[in-house]
Amino acid sequence: MVHAFLIHTLRAPNTEDTGLCRVLYSCVFGAEKSPDDPRPHGAERDRLLRKEQILAVARQVESMCRLQQQASGRPPMDLQPQSSDEQVPLHEAPRGAFRLAAENPFQEPRTVVWLGVFSLGFALVLDAHENLLLAEGTLRLLARLLLDHLRLLAPGTNLLLRADRIEGILTRFLPHGQLLFLNDQFVQDLEKELSAAWPR
Amino acid sequence: MFSAGAESLLHQAREIQDEELKKFCSRISKLLQAEDLGPDTLDSLQRLFLIISATKYNRRLEKTCVDLLQATLGLAACPEQLQVLCAAILREMSPSDSLSLVWDHTQNSRQLSLVASVLLAQGDRNEEVSAVGQGVLRALESRQPEGPSLRYLLPIMAKVVVLSPGTLQEDQATLLSKRLVDWLRYASLQQGLPHSSSFFSTPRARQPGPITEVDGTVATDFFTVLSTGHRFTEDQWLNVQAFSMLRAWLLHSGPEGLGILDTDDRSEQEGSTLSVISATSSSAGRLLPPRERLREVAFEYCQRLIEQSNRRALRKGDSDLQKACLVEAVLVLDVLCRQDPSFLYRSLSCLKALHGRVRGDPASVRVLLPLARFFLSHGEAAAVDSEAVYQHLFTRIPLEQFHSPMLAFEFVQFCRDNLQLFGGHLGTLRLSFPNLFKFLAWNSPPLTSEFVALLPALVDAGTALEMLHALLDLPCLTAVLDLQLRSSPAPSERPLWDTSLRAPSCLEAFRDPRFQGLFQYLLRPKASGATERLVPLYQLLQPMASCARVAQCAEAVPTLLQAFFSAVTQVADGALINQLALLLLGRSDSLYPAPGYAARVHSVLSSQFLALCTLKPSLVVELARDLLEFLGSVNGLRSRASLVTSVVWAVGEYLSVAYDRRCTVEQINKFFEALEALLFEVTQCRPSAALPRCPPKVVTALMTTLTKLASRSQDLIPRASLLLSKMRTLTQSPATSSMHSEEGAEAICTRATELLTLLKMPSVAQFVLTPSTEVCSPRYHRDVNTALPLALRTVSRLVEREAGLLPG
Repeated sequence: MVHAFLIHTLRAPNTEDTGLCRVLYSCVFGAEKSPDDPRPHGAERDRLLRKEQILAVARQVESMCRLQQQASGRPPMDLQPQSSDEQVPLHEAPRGAFRLAAENPFQEPRTVVWLGVFSLGFALVLDAHENLLLAEGTLRLLARLLLDHLRLLAPGTNLLLRADRIEGILTRFLPHGQLLFLNDQFVQDLEKELSAAWPR
Repeated sequence: MFSAGAESLLHQAREIQDEELKKFCSRISKLLQAEDLGPDTLDSLQRLFLIISATKYNRRLEKTCVDLLQATLGLAACPEQLQVLCAAILREMSPSDSLSLVWDHTQNSRQLSLVASVLLAQGDRNEEVSAVGQGVLRALESRQPEGPSLRYLLPIMAKVVVLSPGTLQEDQATLLSKRLVDWLRYASLQQGLPHSSSFFSTPRARQPGPITEVDGTVATDFFTVLSTGHRFTEDQWLNVQAFSMLRAWLLHSGPEGLGILDTDDRSEQEGSTLSVISATSSSAGRLLPPRERLREVAFEYCQRLIEQSNRRALRKGDSDLQKACLVEAVLVLDVLCRQDPSFLYRSLSCLKALHGRVRGDPASVRVLLPLARFFLSHGEAAAVDSEAVYQHLFTRIPLEQFHSPMLAFEFVQFCRDNLQLFGGHLGTLRLSFPNLFKFLAWNSPPLTSEFVALLPALVDAGTALEMLHALLDLPCLTAVLDLQLRSSPAPSERPLWDTSLRAPSCLEAFRDPRFQGLFQYLLRPKASGATERLVPLYQLLQPMASCARVAQCAEAVPTLLQAFFSAVTQVADGALINQLALLLLGRSDSLYPAPGYAARVHSVLSSQFLALCTLKPSLVVELARDLLEFLGSVNGLRSRASLVTSVVWAVGEYLSVAYDRRCTVEQINKFFEALEALLFEVTQCRPSAALPRCPPKVVTALMTTLTKLASRSQDLIPRASLLLSKMRTLTQSPATSSMHSEEGAEAICTRATELLTLLKMPSVAQFVLTPSTEVCSPRYHRDVNTALPLALRTVSRLVEREAGLLPG
């Protein structure tokens, strides 16, 4: 099962960039059991911890992506795609997986599967021992859906104020963090349902 | 994409002040109270979501606002967008003590699902997880089996069971198992009706056709996730979801302690069960209790998936899904066999056939890993030829597929997670370390920490030396793998090697028959038992050192070396420790010329050398001749300063009768001479652009060691004193100001003085510099009162004062 899904910025490697890695959207499916905390502000601290965990994952994905891009010698990815109609070849986008040890930053050991598309990084935080082939496929599907339905390739759009659509996609394709075995037709069916509920 | 406009929006959201937020909240409250569910509200809620989620610190929202958000979730006729946003906002605020959401049965299941997502995000502070679980179960029971939208509720169940395994009662779990059986096995084989049939469509067009397989043929057996059509019915949806959660359900839905049999009991039971069960027994006709029935249905489902995966899918997406289904089927079969050994016999025949099919297909290589795990867990009971499986896995796969990042990660995880299952095959794993290192050399950033955890299992006294050589040559391996990819005859659509680097001379060298032996040695799949000096390759491959991948690997090596040494010292005997020490010294000047690599490796090697000496102090005496040779050959001193310092220090510390009775005066004298010569060389050389100045630490270490040796062989004392006073004058002369910094010169001078004064009292010198083992407890250097520098200073001051009191 998926513990969290996040979208964050990817800065191009080899450039002087003094900005920070920003988490643009994150969704945690069910929380890790909070330790018994008798102190009054326990809930706030838990939330703070959760946010920091997500940020830690985003930073690590960013550095993994950057290292992979450097290693393959590709020129730094164009931050802006050529045209908004371009079919993004997601099968060739940089991707990878790494493990997070227990207590660092999540209580349980977890695996992160990530995908980099232009200047956005998508990541799934999974329980250990998940079906990684399925996770990879799901992540690619989510990226494709988000790029299509949010028209992320068109200049000037962003996803910061479009959380409702992102949530709509997630509730259908990754309900409560459940990875689904969806064949092509099921995906199309769900997409039609999504378009009907959320006219573009 | 993320633009400057977006950055400023994010900034605004973070910086919004409490006052402004309060006003915004009251505006939203007004809109929600008026049940205005139009675009204004949508826009405001989107902004509110951004404000809450943009910062990691808590935002206090007005209670009325929060209550209204919760109430909106329960509204009967509300556009999905708004409800989804309300839930998202409440979830982003969680965990929070100000929520008071209640599970309300009158809501439709989509709303219930949203409520559940908020409740589950609270962190189970108030037993929310089990409350949600109970709520979902009641909802599932109360509806008709063919009721609409059950599919929003099933994933919640899966999440609840994973988050909190013991939360269901036995009878509840049984009930849901029964429903799962229905959904998995008896889903309809007709396509669903279209969502909206047009007025003009003919009756025949409205007839749904049969479900098909992924290759277009009509479905031959029950519905599974690999069955397709144009529209799907509710129960077909539930089939997909039921399978998606099947493994988690099988693992976690049992009462605690009844999930998996204990390993020892299991192998006995497996053995006895196999002899009883016949191959053709089928339990389809028998009436089984629900949990057993679910397992039987799960087994049939997996078998069907394995058969369906053999078909040639018409679409790429389906082809990818087939492989994911294969992996899942194998994983589920593994769980089934662990829970009930009677499945083993039937699974094995099916999986052996699958293995044969998948072996030859490079696109399905990732299915091999769960298969291998299955054979590892259950192979003994069924006498599978697992040796052949591992040979193929460890020999062929890394050679051909080292460049795939996902496979590399999964492969190494497989090794790490199943160590305790390897048993007799651990030897195969250990001997295959050169192949495993290929994954590491190519994908070092994500795999370094994995290998640090894996190395203790891989390290073996027999292959330790070869492994150390391999680790030191890892960047070289990366370069060679790159060259191998460049010169391979069948390029993939996209080049896998570093396209920004052109290295024609290296390619030529790679193809040169004179060096084939060395390249083949580097690319060997198994530990060969012999080591080859790869020095000729270093120069040839030097142009590849600027390749980013090689540089990344070079950065990972020091960490790996540390892990290696901490592992090997657990299993090394005295002879191996000696060999390791010699290897360290020998390799220190023959390393791949990547920028900065040598310096980092030297610093690790020098600390590890000391660690070896601490472990086995007598190695200094045993390897005296080799150490002398090393000290005599150090003309590139600057490049190995840290290592030389360590060696010198070790000699000073451990070359004494206290640590090894075989230490002779002759040895001490020989070392003295060698170190004297070295000190002379070091201090006489003028620094130039090529050779940076010698660190003062080397000089002080040399002086201290010389003094220590002199204190043990007291004939040397006059020579030592002469040397020290020469050093002192040297540092005070103007010529040396170019050689050392002021602090450095001062440190050398001070130390020389202290040592000189010590040597004036030979017996004290011996006590201070060569303390016997009773005195030399671990606290010796940490305890402020007995630290060596303090002792030296005290003695100096005493002697000076005495000298001052003497007449004349």
